[in-house]
Amino acid sequence: MFVKLLHKEFTLELRRKSVISGLVLYLFSTAFICYLTFSLRQNLVTPLVWSALFWITVLFTAINTIAKSFIGEKRGLTIYEYSIASPIAIILSKIAYNFFLCSLLSLTGFILFILFLGNPMADAALFLLVIVVTSFGFAASLTLLSGIAAKANNSNILMAVLSFPIVISILLMAIKVTKNCIDGLDRSVSGDEILILLAINCLVTASSYLLFPYIWRS
Amino acid sequence: MRNSWWKIIAVALLVYTLIGGFLFEVPRLNIVNETIRSLYFHVPMWFGMVVMFLVSTIYSIKYLRKPSIEHDNYAVSFANTGLLFGLLGIVTGMIWANYTWGSPWHGDPKQNGAAIALLVYFAYFVLRGSIENHEQRARLSSVYNIFAFAAMIPLIFIIPRMTSSMHPGSGGNPGFNMYDLDSKMRMVFYPACIGWILLGTWISTLQIRMKKIDEHIAELEDEKNN
Repeated sequence: MFVKLLHKEFTLELRRKSVISGLVLYLFSTAFICYLTFSLRQNLVTPLVWSALFWITVLFTAINTIAKSFIGEKRGLTIYEYSIASPIAIILSKIAYNFFLCSLLSLTGFILFILFLGNPMADAALFLLVIVVTSFGFAASLTLLSGIAAKANNSNILMAVLSFPIVISILLMAIKVTKNCIDGLDRSVSGDEILILLAINCLVTASSYLLFPYIWRS
Repeated sequence: MRNSWWKIIAVALLVYTLIGGFLFEVPRLNIVNETIRSLYFHVPMWFGMVVMFLVSTIYSIKYLRKPSIEHDNYAVSFANTGLLFGLLGIVTGMIWANYTWGSPWHGDPKQNGAAIALLVYFAYFVLRGSIENHEQRARLSSVYNIFAFAAMIPLIFIIPRMTSSMHPGSGGNPGFNMYDLDSKMRMVFYPACIGWILLGTWISTLQIRMKKIDEHIAELEDEKNN
């Protein structure tokens, strides 16, 4: 069931390419605005500024990407889906799909930032790992929140309000390791933070897994 | 009277805290000086907040297992009191910081963590406000409450301990259990914690009773109109 649902997500996404291209354009515009703001003074983009801009861009892109996983869905389709699949398969397939989409978009963001603002990374391989792990954290925590927000009024504002406090601990760890990557510190220094990120990921995935069945009933 | 013994204990403990906290002898430490007495009022606020949020989460879990309005009332009231304790904790902390660190807000990891924890519960109340259906509101906010509490654990208990902080107990600073909390202060500090937590429970139960009465009045009015 899980594989079939995952397959369904991919087919739907490929069928209406406007959504994914819209997201890429969103990412591109943000990176380009960052570039234009600093265009004449590239030397002002210190590594810390770079990492702040990068994570803000990735965070907003992730929220926009994942918000659509429940908010945009048609009511009839949702009811049909729920009558044939178990809620656990639904949430897991959505998390897996959002994880894929999120890491794809953040990697694209990384490439765009290298193009426009230069590459301050001394340890790019570790940074790629951080991007992937953080994307998983975003996917796992935001998918459930999107499910909650979809049930309430003015869901788009609510999505942002609900998600910021939750993803902050993930983001704090990611920013810390990013700084280590920029400084090119030894990898053993970042080991603790990566472990904590993984632990937070396990925590939010497990709680999404446990709590989702209660949401979809309503 | 039989059921209110713990309220009497709460009042007694808090009176003892006020008298003991302001009059008993405290160790003389540089910079901190007399402000060390804030320990009896600032730190118990955080203990109280964590306990209130924990109880609120437990009632949310109970609600999901067995939906009833009563469990939802408990969860909301305890979250409310927890938020009050958190706000008081931040304010007392800012007053204390103003005298010892030099300015009210220092971007200390624990300060930031506490501020974010409060944001989580503000979001909880925004969520409750934006759903009309009573049953759906109770269920979704329970789910968010549990999820938020789980996500708050690393923020409050783990990350502040990994980074250097000006609070005692982290980044190489001595904690409570070292030499700075001597046995005389313990004699006031522990009763203070218990007293504040009991007071928080009392406030919450009053809120719960008010909600029950409101619901009862609404029911009676419905009957009258029919």
